[in-house]
Amino acid sequence: MSNVLILADFVSSKATKTNAELATVGARIGEVTAVVLAPSGKGAAMAAEINKGPVSKVVLVESDAFVNNGVAAVADVLAQIIATQSPAAVLIASHAFGKEVAARTAVKSGSGIITDAVDVSADVTATQLVFGGSTTVHSKVSHGTPIITVRPNSIDANVAAATPAVETLSLQVSDASKKATVTSTQPPVQGGRPELTEADIVVSGGRGTNGDFSAVEGFADSLGAAVGASRAATDAGWYPHSYQVGQTGKTVSPQLYVACGISGAIQHRAGMQTSKTIVVINKDPEAPLFEIADFGVVGDLFAVLPKATEGVKARKS
Amino acid sequence: MKIAVCVKQVPDSWAEKKMVNGVLDRESVDAVLNDLDEYAVEEALRIAEAHGGNEEGGPHTVTVISMGPERATEAVRKALSMGANDAILITDSKIAGADALATSAVLAAVIQKGGFDLVICGTESTDARMSVVPAMLAERLNAAQLTFASKVEVDPSAQKVSITRVTEAGVEEMNASFPCVISVVEKINEPRYPSFKGIMAAKKKVIESRDLAAVGVAVDSAWSLVADSSPRPPRAAGIKVSDDNAADQMVSFLAEKKLI
Repeated sequence: MSNVLILADFVSSKATKTNAELATVGARIGEVTAVVLAPSGKGAAMAAEINKGPVSKVVLVESDAFVNNGVAAVADVLAQIIATQSPAAVLIASHAFGKEVAARTAVKSGSGIITDAVDVSADVTATQLVFGGSTTVHSKVSHGTPIITVRPNSIDANVAAATPAVETLSLQVSDASKKATVTSTQPPVQGGRPELTEADIVVSGGRGTNGDFSAVEGFADSLGAAVGASRAATDAGWYPHSYQVGQTGKTVSPQLYVACGISGAIQHRAGMQTSKTIVVINKDPEAPLFEIADFGVVGDLFAVLPKATEGVKARKS
Repeated sequence: MKIAVCVKQVPDSWAEKKMVNGVLDRESVDAVLNDLDEYAVEEALRIAEAHGGNEEGGPHTVTVISMGPERATEAVRKALSMGANDAILITDSKIAGADALATSAVLAAVIQKGGFDLVICGTESTDARMSVVPAMLAERLNAAQLTFASKVEVDPSAQKVSITRVTEAGVEEMNASFPCVISVVEKINEPRYPSFKGIMAAKKKVIESRDLAAVGVAVDSAWSLVADSSPRPPRAAGIKVSDDNAADQMVSFLAEKKLI
């Protein structure tokens, strides 16, 4: 049986739920090996976090370069593993970091690359939604090892418990991959909410919040949701840029997306249009986002959201 | 310093896009300078201006590099009218439908030949939206990769660059020595509007056109091929309510959908 590599996805040394999604897709193609690239001394703990989904094996490499030199170092070692294992495909989480790792790995290994897949079939055909979700494209890599990044939250993951065997490899990061150095990192303040791209529910605020996100956050917390923001809101400095949904921000694909006071510029739609259910709350009945809403509320978000928050809490209790 | 800025002409964000024979049909839509590349042009000019400027005879030059059809001249001209010194446009019938790997190979060959200290890009093109070309350029050029920068500081005498970037891991500071490939996010600056003087001056600036033979790179057909594409049915608008108990109806809707 052929072998598929997934690059294990971590945020601050914590495994994300994307790993089970990558493994689920990978298992359609072959036996899944998760590649865990860890800073020195953290490998065993990080490898142990790969405990869900159809993962047969973990290969572990430790180097501080993965943290200090970022994308270049990760791609360097991943390409070395590809060269020795000749996998049928390599699957990577489709966020900014994952796509850049895929980019450099594709160049190093002389392989074709597909990004932002929402599905991958057993014959390694990737499905993408392009042009703001208006067009479905199926494509295949025709050269080298298919390197495919898969959008988090797109795959219905098999999360059965797994205890893959861990093999530690001794591989070196070359000096050529250490040209850029991370000199400091301030971890993001998460505030207990789920990560935006991974969340099942996202509640976003836009211009209509007028800078007051308390109602949006209150509703998000009642649903256990992540909070997002439109470009208008982040440009105004009302919410940090890292929460921006849309083109140049994050692309989200949750079960439920609630847009509050967001008119729905095409740039915003590009980041949320593939959400399974879309709810729109806006004072302006002509807001373009209503066109794609499964449920639209014409009304003031400051009146609607607190009531809805109470309603959700009542149903949950 | 020799600074290169990579730009792309793209279909207008608002244009309705469609696929023909597995590639984006670019003929039928209005084309503009990728607006995210304007931040790269602006940042290149600001870096030059902060250290003595890029006027003729000045210490620095800003060169616009683009790959595309003849009509991409318009996008390149816009970057020149903002204040870049000159431009190189790679045009060849063989590059139609080139993927990111081919694009980065061609751009890297041109950059290598030009001997640039800094290469500045936008974070993505608004058509393909892959965000991979800057990383591929860094790999091909064996240069330091400093991407998604929200702040760039350059020390020309020490030949060093430091950037601030916001990632999933938090706020990072990175530094590297020349040569560097930098991509800049849209928050980094406010791109200038070309002045009348700039527009007039741009008409006299040189746009050097090169074909693939002149670049010295052969381009294969794309390494990832579209098997088929189909328009997705547009999302139909659903229920819309506006009465006083809209909030309750919304919660009931969410409960019905088992989202609560």
